[in-house]
Amino acid sequence: MARGKSRQSAEVNAGSMADIAFLLLIFFLVTTTIASDKGLTITLPPEPDDAEKVDVVIKERNLFKVAINSNDDLLVEGERLDDFMEIKEMLVEHILNPTKSEKFAEAPKEAIVSFKTDRGTSYEMYINVLDQLQGAYYEIYAERAGISVEEYRTLDLGNPREKALYNKGKGEGENELPMAISIAEPTNVGG
Amino acid sequence: MSKFKKKTNTSQDIPTSALPDIIFMLLFFFMVTTVLRETDILVEQNIPKAEQLKKLERKSLVSYLYIGEPKNPEKFGTEAKLQANDVFIEPQDLLLWVSKEKDKLSEAERDKITIALKVDSDAKMGIVSDVQQKLRKANARKLMYNVLKRTDKDLL
Repeated sequence: MARGKSRQSAEVNAGSMADIAFLLLIFFLVTTTIASDKGLTITLPPEPDDAEKVDVVIKERNLFKVAINSNDDLLVEGERLDDFMEIKEMLVEHILNPTKSEKFAEAPKEAIVSFKTDRGTSYEMYINVLDQLQGAYYEIYAERAGISVEEYRTLDLGNPREKALYNKGKGEGENELPMAISIAEPTNVGG
Repeated sequence: MSKFKKKTNTSQDIPTSALPDIIFMLLFFFMVTTVLRETDILVEQNIPKAEQLKKLERKSLVSYLYIGEPKNPEKFGTEAKLQANDVFIEPQDLLLWVSKEKDKLSEAERDKITIALKVDSDAKMGIVSDVQQKLRKANARKLMYNVLKRTDKDLL
């Protein structure tokens, strides 16, 4: 009796384990959506305090004006523009002002971008233009840090070495060149 | 001939006893990285494309808002609507929504809340700016417009 029992194998058949695991694996492969949390970041200005309203006078030459109407037509510095891809170069020239022209900003950190839209402007156009404006600033930062734009945007601020590069591009304290993009409340004129 | 005979004696089976372990490892990897979608998106989401993308630093600080034309136009009309969590809300309800979202975070992190806006390409700026004004009032001022990476192909 005892001998007969010991002959039977006491092992669980594990041959189909791989198949079961494969099934589960395929289920998770199919249901996985790798989260794509990337985008354009902006910080809204703080809520205006009525008590301390200060009138800031900005010189006309420092302003870089971009406006889009409800037809998605583009107006840059008072002129019609058909291709939004040209904005980046125009803004870089405006900020850095290599020719010391009277029309462009006095100094890079004096430059301010005024970005106006209409309530009827499409979101896609808004993103396209905002992308160009931010791109101009990143191009300047990356140039100063001596790395490519792509590298500059993906710098990890938790890492001290990369943080130093970030600060080298953007500047610190007195020399800081902030991304001065002012997004105005949309008009509601249509047309 | 005898030489060949000797060779056939060796086993040609690949040992597969470690296969389940390998598959399990893959399985655990996918189980850990998977984020199951928590909300049903009720609006069209044709996300625009751009180049200057930045990655979000900490996912736990992010709350999502969806804007677009409702997927069910017979019921909700064709006007772009704002969706938070699983329901449509009006922009004036955002103050309450933001304070609820902030309550989910620990006290030290409440000011760092980031709102990710997932907006359809065809939506108009009117509703987007209404949302922005309310978020500004609610003091949730860090925003991110979720966009996709533009490839060279898209420019042609």
